[in-house]
Amino acid sequence: MGDFVVTLLTGLSSAAALFLVASGLSIIFGVTRIVNFAHGSFYMLGAYIGVTTVQSIGGGAVGFWVAILLAAVLVGLIGVAMEVLLLRRIYRAPELFQLIATFGVILVIQDVTLWIWGSEDLVGPRAPGFTGAVTILGQRLPEYDLVLIAVSPLVLAGLWLLFNRTRWGTLVRAATLDRQMVSALGVNQRWLFTGVLFLGSALAGLGGAIQLPKGGADLLMDFNIIAAAFVVVVVGGMGSIGGAFLAAILIGLLQTFGIQIFPNSTLILMFLVMAVVLIFRPWGLLGRPEIPGHGVVEAPEAPLRPAGRSLRIGGALAMAFLLLLPVAHLIAPSLVGDFSLVLTIEILIFVLFAVALHFIMGPGGMVSFGHAAFFGGGAYGAALLVKFADAPMEIAFWAAPAGAALLAILFGWFCVRLTGVYFAMLTLAFAQIAWSIVFQWGEVTGGDDGILGTWPSDWASSRVAYYYLTVGFTVAGILAMRRILFAPFGYTLRAGRDSPLRAAAIGIDLKRHQWIAFTISGAFAGLAGALFVYSKGSVFPTSMEIARSFDALLMVLLGGVHSLTGPIVGATALTWLNDLFSELSYWRFLLGATIIALVLLLPDGLAGLGDSWAGRRLGLASPGSESGAGPGSGSGAGDREAPA
Amino acid sequence: MTMKYVLTAGVALGVLSGGLATGAPALAADEIKIGDINSYTRLPAHTIPYRRGATLAIEEINKAGGVLGKKLVFVSRDDQGKPGEAVKVAEQLRSRDKVALVSGSLFSHIGLALASWAKQRKTLYLAAEPLADALVWAKGNNYTFRLRPSTYMQAAMLAAEAAKNKNAKRWATIAPNYAYGKDAVAAFKKILTKLRPDVTFVGSQWPGLFKIDAGAEVQALAAMKPDGIYNVTFGGDLAKFVREGRTRGLFKGKLIVGLLTGEPEYIDPLKGEAPVGWLVTGYPWQDIETAAHKKFLAAYRARWKDYPRIGSIVGYNTMLAIAAMLKKAGSTDTDKMVAAMKGLSFDAPTGPITFRAVDHQSTMGAYVGWTVLKDGKGTMERWQYLDGANYLPSVEETKKLRKQ
Repeated sequence: MGDFVVTLLTGLSSAAALFLVASGLSIIFGVTRIVNFAHGSFYMLGAYIGVTTVQSIGGGAVGFWVAILLAAVLVGLIGVAMEVLLLRRIYRAPELFQLIATFGVILVIQDVTLWIWGSEDLVGPRAPGFTGAVTILGQRLPEYDLVLIAVSPLVLAGLWLLFNRTRWGTLVRAATLDRQMVSALGVNQRWLFTGVLFLGSALAGLGGAIQLPKGGADLLMDFNIIAAAFVVVVVGGMGSIGGAFLAAILIGLLQTFGIQIFPNSTLILMFLVMAVVLIFRPWGLLGRPEIPGHGVVEAPEAPLRPAGRSLRIGGALAMAFLLLLPVAHLIAPSLVGDFSLVLTIEILIFVLFAVALHFIMGPGGMVSFGHAAFFGGGAYGAALLVKFADAPMEIAFWAAPAGAALLAILFGWFCVRLTGVYFAMLTLAFAQIAWSIVFQWGEVTGGDDGILGTWPSDWASSRVAYYYLTVGFTVAGILAMRRILFAPFGYTLRAGRDSPLRAAAIGIDLKRHQWIAFTISGAFAGLAGALFVYSKGSVFPTSMEIARSFDALLMVLLGGVHSLTGPIVGATALTWLNDLFSELSYWRFLLGATIIALVLLLPDGLAGLGDSWAGRRLGLASPGSESGAGPGSGSGAGDREAPA
Repeated sequence: MTMKYVLTAGVALGVLSGGLATGAPALAADEIKIGDINSYTRLPAHTIPYRRGATLAIEEINKAGGVLGKKLVFVSRDDQGKPGEAVKVAEQLRSRDKVALVSGSLFSHIGLALASWAKQRKTLYLAAEPLADALVWAKGNNYTFRLRPSTYMQAAMLAAEAAKNKNAKRWATIAPNYAYGKDAVAAFKKILTKLRPDVTFVGSQWPGLFKIDAGAEVQALAAMKPDGIYNVTFGGDLAKFVREGRTRGLFKGKLIVGLLTGEPEYIDPLKGEAPVGWLVTGYPWQDIETAAHKKFLAAYRARWKDYPRIGSIVGYNTMLAIAAMLKKAGSTDTDKMVAAMKGLSFDAPTGPITFRAVDHQSTMGAYVGWTVLKDGKGTMERWQYLDGANYLPSVEETKKLRKQ
């Protein structure tokens, strides 16, 4: 009995930090519609700043709590800085574009934190007066757990008062429901957004600072909390604070009791809960279904057009470059080193992966946060055949897209029932479930020791041969996807994206089309995975992890989601920049700063280049867009051309 | 507007020409390059000391005239904590920088990826820090060697010491939920049960790596009512586990065994809250009185204005091993270097080390002792240096483990 009660209380206390972080994320998303991936970084900053403020103020009975609150306020101000300097400039860009900016912020904060506080983990200061334990029914429970249990309802009550008893709070609630109407009534949205960013970031900072007596500050905190925070927000319902509270407690208790009953379940449990909730209640426990037409309204995209002369010439030039690179390498190895082939192979693999993701994201309007499941699914499909059937490369290569497609059929059946951010979150949940299975099922997948020895057959094992193989598969894959998009199937898909209602009215079974598109995209991602496995000679669960999915997302968004050449440009740019910077010691800062600079310079992605003469020639531009016409050019910038 | 186009066009041009700008720099005839790959951004607390130790050794070797009349050059690169990235960097080091061999890495999966790569590209790889047993056994290959004592060896040392405590019969384990944790628990269980058939293992907890829910885990361990607990958690997980376990009274009257817990990387951040009376493997650098280690310690402190961590001594020994190997091989030809590595013996600050020919594992040992608080900092007492050679399976057994 004592065991049960203390376990219960432990679960409630571990829900506290989760609730604080998740409620901040939820508020920010509710009003600004920004999926703020940098929220985990604010949590980490809260912890680090908290350690510093406690040290400088002194950890006395009052000083400690002042220091914690001060840390929260400081993190809130950093959030304001991000809003004013960065996000405010790109609100009019296509939805989700702000994601890239927050990615850049994550990278910058990681290196700045390392630079300021050093690499060693910091142990959190203890809260004065709450260092001991209380005995409950013969079991000991840390006193600070009781403090944490009390904090969540207090914060919840404070937020309720703020949102229901102040004018500002009323406006925030109104904006969560219908941003356009609030704007039409003459409310200055800028200050509303700035205030919301302050509140949300401060809550994340408070979460980071208040958990100090239970842990400390380390450099991996940002990524470790962000997935959990998203789960809580989604399970609770995006934008609902009460929902976040309920979900945090639910997850906290499930974790605590789950660990006792299934000690092995630590990795998978949270994502299973999210998948189940999304399948049965797509908008979360206390969320509301989206009201159609009340989101951000974007100008409809111009239809895609077949490739014009300039794109054909550009494509032919790129093809010639790819085909002649090994020749140049053989003629002048000192100028074109062996590594230029290695790097080009890597770029091509990620180009194929990004184009596959773009296939559903751009024309399909389905944003996947978990596409690494299919990249990794293909990689593992091939590697498992090698491991257990000793299959030669020629066979394993075909198994990869087939395996990934099967996985996509399974996941897609659930996912296409949802739309928007909920769709994205369900793909994330499935990707994480797939990842945990691969990670944990050591007998079959080798766990995190992976599968080794997946090298190409003899005829393809030379660098040049494998290079041409990669070029062949990537180019064929891109052309095949283009062909599909210009077939009636592709038009149907776009019809469904632009107006699901009208598409349904003319008798299109939209869900089925989306399901098929999802499967096709998964298959090509799997093919990219197979190319990856054979170029590296081994596969590990890292090829399926969240970071890999985000990489692909970043490539597509950076290139420009409205253009068919966008993902190609984005993947090339990002892979190349990553390689260029990784030799430097603070490469994350440089990469992050570069991403932020690109976002500010080109609010429409690299496809924003489309406004320039060269971009128009390369098919990045929309024929009708006026130079620098703001958001209109973003949504209009598209690839209007067909396969050569 | 014009400025914007110029800038963006510049970015685009740079992207397009990026693939080309990778030509190989001219190779200086009077130097031997060593390619180093490690997770410098993912786990800097562990890898920066490694690089410092390695750099110190390189500087000392070059000051003494280098090897084979050539200077050693240390080309150090980050793998971002990703195996795919590590393989790419290895390709780059091999083809562009023309390194003679590749060394380094900390994460086991990255070590395994590099081992697979080394076999395919027929390049020598000296794994410095990864602990996975598979690296030299199940997945071992002709081109891969490993310096640091493996998971199995360190677990074996702890099990042998833990077996001496006659009161600890009911054992529980807690380890991060990935290959290293699983290997460490399996090895400890196997050896302790062999030495003491009367012990039972009553349960295992598997928190996610760096995602421990410490209160819940401590609660679950307490419910098993063990006499002994075997801990494999480290880093931030360890700090949370220790704090929660102490507050909840979990450790009282129990024998606690901690793998790696005594290493400065892990015990130092705990400061005054370091666990006391745990049986651990570690690195008591302050108290090692051998002349060779004292010389290393003085040189390290003078060079870096900091004290060494376990990573530092591993990095230092790795470079000593490479220099000794080059001297023995007399060449940077890979086959000759591999042949020289087999059975290579050299003297390190921690004592003599030999690379076994049968499995390419070095006999570098570990320091085993009991944790204690001194001047508000955790360190080790009653420790001894255990030679790794005594905790490795016999040649016959190893051959069975290493079926290629």
